[in-house]
Amino acid sequence: MSPAATEKILTRNFGRPDSHTLKAYLETGGYTALPKALTMEPPAIIDAVKRSNLRGLGGAGFPTGTKWSFIPKGHTGPVYLVINADEGEPGTFKDRYLLERDPHALIEGMLIAARAIGSTLAFVYIRGEYVESWRHVSAAVGEAYEAGYLGRGLDVVVHRGAGAYICGEETGLISSLEGKKGWPKLKPPFPAIKGAFGAPTIVNNVETICHVPHIINRGAEWFASLGTKTQGGTRMYSVSGRVTRPGVYETSVAVTLRQLIYEYAGGVTGNGRLKAVVPGGSSAAILTADEIDVTMDVDGLKAAGTMAGSAGVIVLDETVSIPEALMVVARFYAHESCGQCTPCRESTGWIYEMTRRIVVGRGRKADLDTILDVARRGAGTTICAFYDGAVGPYISYIEKFRAEFESLIPK
Amino acid sequence: MEFHLINHPLDCPVCDQAGECWLQIYYMKHGLYEPRMTDDKVHKPKAVPLGPHVILDAERCILCSRCVRFCDEVTRTGELGIFGRGDRSEIGLFPGTELANKYSGNVVDICPVGALTDRDFRFQVRVWYLESQKSICPGCARGCNIEVHVNRRRPHHAQGRRVVRLKPRFNDAVNKWWICDEGRYGYGFVDDPSRLTAPLRRVGGKTLDVSWTEMFTLVADGLRRYTADEIGVIASPKMSNEDLFLLERLVDGLGVRAVDYRVPPAQPGDQDDFLIRADRNPNSRGAELIGLGRSDARAILNAARDRRIKCLWVFHHDLLASAWPEGEVLDALLGAETVIFQGTNANATSAHAHLTLPAAAYPEREGTYTNFEGRVQRFRQAFEPLGQALADWESLGCLLQAVQGAGRPSRAEECFRALAAAVPAYAGLSYRSIGDGGQMIATGSP
Repeated sequence: MSPAATEKILTRNFGRPDSHTLKAYLETGGYTALPKALTMEPPAIIDAVKRSNLRGLGGAGFPTGTKWSFIPKGHTGPVYLVINADEGEPGTFKDRYLLERDPHALIEGMLIAARAIGSTLAFVYIRGEYVESWRHVSAAVGEAYEAGYLGRGLDVVVHRGAGAYICGEETGLISSLEGKKGWPKLKPPFPAIKGAFGAPTIVNNVETICHVPHIINRGAEWFASLGTKTQGGTRMYSVSGRVTRPGVYETSVAVTLRQLIYEYAGGVTGNGRLKAVVPGGSSAAILTADEIDVTMDVDGLKAAGTMAGSAGVIVLDETVSIPEALMVVARFYAHESCGQCTPCRESTGWIYEMTRRIVVGRGRKADLDTILDVARRGAGTTICAFYDGAVGPYISYIEKFRAEFESLIPK
Repeated sequence: MEFHLINHPLDCPVCDQAGECWLQIYYMKHGLYEPRMTDDKVHKPKAVPLGPHVILDAERCILCSRCVRFCDEVTRTGELGIFGRGDRSEIGLFPGTELANKYSGNVVDICPVGALTDRDFRFQVRVWYLESQKSICPGCARGCNIEVHVNRRRPHHAQGRRVVRLKPRFNDAVNKWWICDEGRYGYGFVDDPSRLTAPLRRVGGKTLDVSWTEMFTLVADGLRRYTADEIGVIASPKMSNEDLFLLERLVDGLGVRAVDYRVPPAQPGDQDDFLIRADRNPNSRGAELIGLGRSDARAILNAARDRRIKCLWVFHHDLLASAWPEGEVLDALLGAETVIFQGTNANATSAHAHLTLPAAAYPEREGTYTNFEGRVQRFRQAFEPLGQALADWESLGCLLQAVQGAGRPSRAEECFRALAAAVPAYAGLSYRSIGDGGQMIATGSP
C-alpha cells in the first residue's frame, strides 16, 4: 500500500487549533461510535476488537481484544480500566499529541472499552512531566461530565505520575496508582485477573484506546484491512533524530522503515548517510542502514530481530557515535531501574560505567565481552520487562557496531 | 552472585556477620570466580544507628527487604522502607521514626548479610569462637525458645562475658522465629559483678565465707530450731520445676504452711498480643501447679514483722524492690531472727540475710519451666556455674538429705521424674518426651 494513500484516522483533526475541545470533536463526528456501542452487547464489542486485529500500541503489541477477554467471566465486584499515559520510552511522543490535541477521542474510547469489560471506574495515569496533556485531559473530562457522557455508568479519575519510567510498566503503574512505590509485580496473576487494588484491571495505551471508536464506527474488517495480516489499522510513528522533518506520522502499520524515513520524515538531515535506526523506542534493538526494508508492524519487526515497541523511530546518521549513543541509553536504564530485582539493579549501573569508560578512552579489551555476558545472563531473570528492554540495545549496539567500540579501546 | 557483590564493600574482615553471612557462604559454595568488576562501587551510608539496638551499613545490604517486611507484617510498626532507585536503592527509616519497637532485634537475625548488626554484640567477638546451647528465655511467662551463645574460647574478648548474645530458636507453638528485645538483651545478670559465688554467713557485722557442707548444716540446724509455724518461705517463680518440687518436699516434710511465691513487681509488666507477657517470671504456672502458693507472701512478711515467723527463707526475690512499702519489708527482714537468702545475684534483700546460698543462673544448669499456657520446656546447661554456685535443686537436695535423711538426686532429670510421679499435671512427662519443642501438661490440670 502506498503510504501516501493511507487515510489519517487518529490525527485527522490535529490541524484544528481547537481540536482538543468537545465542540471540535463533535463537529468532526465525535461521540457517534458511543451510541452504537451502547446497543452492542459487551462480548460483541470484544469480538469486533478481536477481528480488527488491533494490537497494543504501548510497546508489547498484545492483541487488545484478547486482553479484554481475560477478565474473569461472572466476576462480581469492581473492574478497572486504566489508561497508560505515562509515555516514557525515549524517542516516543505520540500519546502526548493525542492527549493534548484529541482528548475526547480517548474518553470515547474509554467509554466503549469500559462497557466491553464491565468497568465503572477508569483511571488515566498521566506522566508527571506532561503538564499540558494533563490540563487538556482534565478539561476534556470536565466537558464530558458536563455533557453527560461521563458520570452515567463510568467515572474517570485523572492521576498524575511522579516521573518514573518504571511507572509506565503495566504492574509498576498499578503499584503507583495504588499509592505505593512504583515497583512492578510478579505475573501471574496478570492484571486482568488481579490488578489495581486487587480487582481485575485492563491497562491500555492511549493510542490503542483512541482507535476503538473508529473500529466500532467503520467496522472491524475495514480496520484490519488497513494493516497487515496480523495487525490492523494505522499507527502513529514518532520519528526523531537526524532526519529533515522529525515528528509524528500516522500511517499504516504495513509501512516500511525506509518509507518512514525517506518519504515521511524527508530523509537524513543534510542528505547525510544513514548509519543506524532504532525502530521502536530505546528498548528496541538497533538496525543498521541496510536493514531498513522491513514493515513496521509488530511481527515484521520481530522477524527482523528487533521490536515495534512504542514506534519511536530514532534515526542516527554518520555523525553519531554508536558507543556514545549506547552510553546515553545505558545511563537512562541505570537511572530508571527501580532496584527491585538484583540483576537489573546492579548491572545497569555497572554496564553504564563500562560504556562510559569506553567512550572516554579508558576501555579495556575484556569490557565488551563482559557487557555482553552480563546482559545475556541477566535477561529474562527479572520481574518485569525493563531489563530485557535494556538488554536489547546493550547487545545489538555492540554486536552490530563492534569495530567502532573496539576503535575506542586503547591497544 | 556476581551482581550482589559488585557494589558490596567486601569488608568481611571487619564485619560482625562474617562467619554467619549467607553472602559469604554462597560465594564459597557457588562463586569463587575471578572478579570482573573493576569500576568504582556505589557508596551508601555506613554505621547508621536505626534505633537503640540496630545499626545499618547500607553498602552491605542486598536489598532482600526481609527487615522491611518484618516491620510491616510481624510487628506492624512499618518503620523501614526501601528508598531510592536502581543501584542507589537503600534501606532506611521513614522520616521521624526510629526502629525502637519491642522486637527490633529480630531484624538483625533475619538480615542474611552484615547490613543490620546488633549494637550490643558489635565488635565483641567473632562468631566462629562461639558455642551454642538450647535454652528458654526466663524473661517472662511466654518462655520463648532461645539459643545461648557462649564465648569461652576468647575470654579476653567481650569484657570477659561468657554469655555474649541470645538468639531465638524456632518453636512454632511458642515464639515462631522471634524474641522480644527485653528478653534478647536481658542476659546481663549472668556475668554481672553482683553474682553470688560462695556460701556466706553473716555474724554480727562480719560476713564469712563458709563451705557448702557447713552451710547445709547451718541451714538444717536453723530449720530444726524453729517450729513449723515459725518458718516462712518465699519461693520464686524464677526457679525451675525441679527446684520448686524439692522445695515443696522439704517444706512439706517440715510441715511449713507459710509458703508462697507471688511477689508483685514495683512496676507492673506490660503485655502485648504477640509474645510479651505481663508476668515477667518464667515459671509462675509451675510454682502454682507444684503447690507453692499455699499462703500469701505479704502475710508471711507481716508475720515476720510481728515476730510470729522467726525464720524467713527468701529465694531470688528482691523484696525491697517490690510493690510493697519498703519500710514494711525492712521491718520484716529485721524482725526475723534468721534470714536465709538463696539466689543468683546479690540485691538489697540479700544484704539482710544471715545465710546466703549462691544459686546457678539458668545457662549454668539444666531444668524445666512451665509457661503460662502449661507448656513444659527444657533449658540446658551451657557452661559451669560461677564460683561455688549450685543449681537450686542441688542445694535443696542436699538440705533434704540433711534435714530428712532422704536420698539426694544427682541429676535434674531425677527430680523431674519424681515430680512427674507425684504431681498429676506432670504425669506422663519426661525429659525425653519434652524434647526440644516442649510438651503440654496433662489436660484437665488447672
